[in-house]
Amino acid sequence: MARFRVYHTEGVILRRLDFGEADRIVVVFTPGRGRVETIAKGVRRITSRRAGHLEPLTRARLLLAQGRQLDVITQAEALDLFPNLRSDLVRTAAGFYLAELVDRFTEPQQPNPGLYRHLVEGLKLLDLGQDPDLVRRYFELRLLDAVGFRPELFRCLECGRELKPTTNYFSPAGGGVRCPDCGGRNRPVSVGALKVLRFIQSAPAYDRVARLRVQPGLMREVELLLRDYLRFLLERDLKSTAFLDGLRQLSAGG
Amino acid sequence: MDLRTVPVAEPVSRLIAELEKLPGIGPKTAQRLTYYILRQPESEVRSLAQALLDVKTRVRFCAECFNIAEDDLCPICRSPDRDRSVICVMEEPLHVLALERTGRYRGLYHVLHGVISPLNGILPENLKIAELVERVRRHRVREVILATNPNLEGDTTASYIYKLLAPLGVEVSRLARGLPSGGELDYADERTVVEAIEGRRRLN
Repeated sequence: MARFRVYHTEGVILRRLDFGEADRIVVVFTPGRGRVETIAKGVRRITSRRAGHLEPLTRARLLLAQGRQLDVITQAEALDLFPNLRSDLVRTAAGFYLAELVDRFTEPQQPNPGLYRHLVEGLKLLDLGQDPDLVRRYFELRLLDAVGFRPELFRCLECGRELKPTTNYFSPAGGGVRCPDCGGRNRPVSVGALKVLRFIQSAPAYDRVARLRVQPGLMREVELLLRDYLRFLLERDLKSTAFLDGLRQLSAGG
Repeated sequence: MDLRTVPVAEPVSRLIAELEKLPGIGPKTAQRLTYYILRQPESEVRSLAQALLDVKTRVRFCAECFNIAEDDLCPICRSPDRDRSVICVMEEPLHVLALERTGRYRGLYHVLHGVISPLNGILPENLKIAELVERVRRHRVREVILATNPNLEGDTTASYIYKLLAPLGVEVSRLARGLPSGGELDYADERTVVEAIEGRRRLN
């Protein structure tokens, strides 16, 4: 009873693993089918016609044949290669970071077209030369919205009162901010950091965020706060965060 | 066929199960190999078993380049005929073979044992990168050739290593990119064609 079905989809290649003699398992994030694990046969051969179109961090148009366990990629054509992202180590690392977040926050075969659009936008912004740190913050907040973990940044989680312009407290477990009266032993969040977070969260599009000018110290506070929150949700550290930290040290050291 | 439901002698089903773990070997091939081995004289089977054990117990990584070696140093690092001022950086020991087969390279190697790939959990500290930098610093190396694969992970690893080597004043190069021999232009992806036109060579 062969159930032979072929379908077209576009998708962003998140990651891949060598498999067998010359094949690769390719993990693709698609708008209509969510994260799909596929197999591309023979793509490790140097004359493969598909290999160049199936690199991680590529947006590609794919023809897939439904298989018993893994769908088989029969054709692939790159739509966006993001060449500037690829030619710069920090941008590539930031691209890995977006892909790792999507990989970790999604379940196989669960469509999330909104998240797909954000991922493509994020990669495009990195390719266009936008500040990688700012793009990461923007994407993190978009992703949290899209997967249902939008942090509460305007009202206290406990008493529900509007937050005052003073040092408040961020609770990863609560998914938002508590006022000083309810704060307990949570992570302090400065007035400036809360402002930046709110601004990025409610910005209708990235061009507003791009105009943001923030001191490095404050940006770092925002970064670490979101890192705490993401770590709590995923119960792990992301490998690409460690890679980005390493690159930052390397650039600072000379 | 699930052998657990078929009455087969336990040593036979165990060998089939072991062979099936190997890359490129499915259940059918594993069964065929098992029954072939069963028919061989004991001396042949012993020599196969010994070869399997030796490859694990008598082989280690070269202290200098991390290629596969029988002693402290691999045959290439020990050879007096190799140019010690050039180091070619490879992802895997298997890739060393690919270059050695050509007989056109006379320098030394350095095997990283993987590439940077955060989504697969591999970071620079999991590779032999620090050892490479140390080697370049310690010895008089004129050129380092980065021969990681021409894909995103290979390129990322190459740029990362370049960043570390640049301050040491050593010449760093990357393998040429472009159209593969025997390929066809209209099937090449955009990037490969761009690389081919940028890396074109004069004929005169």
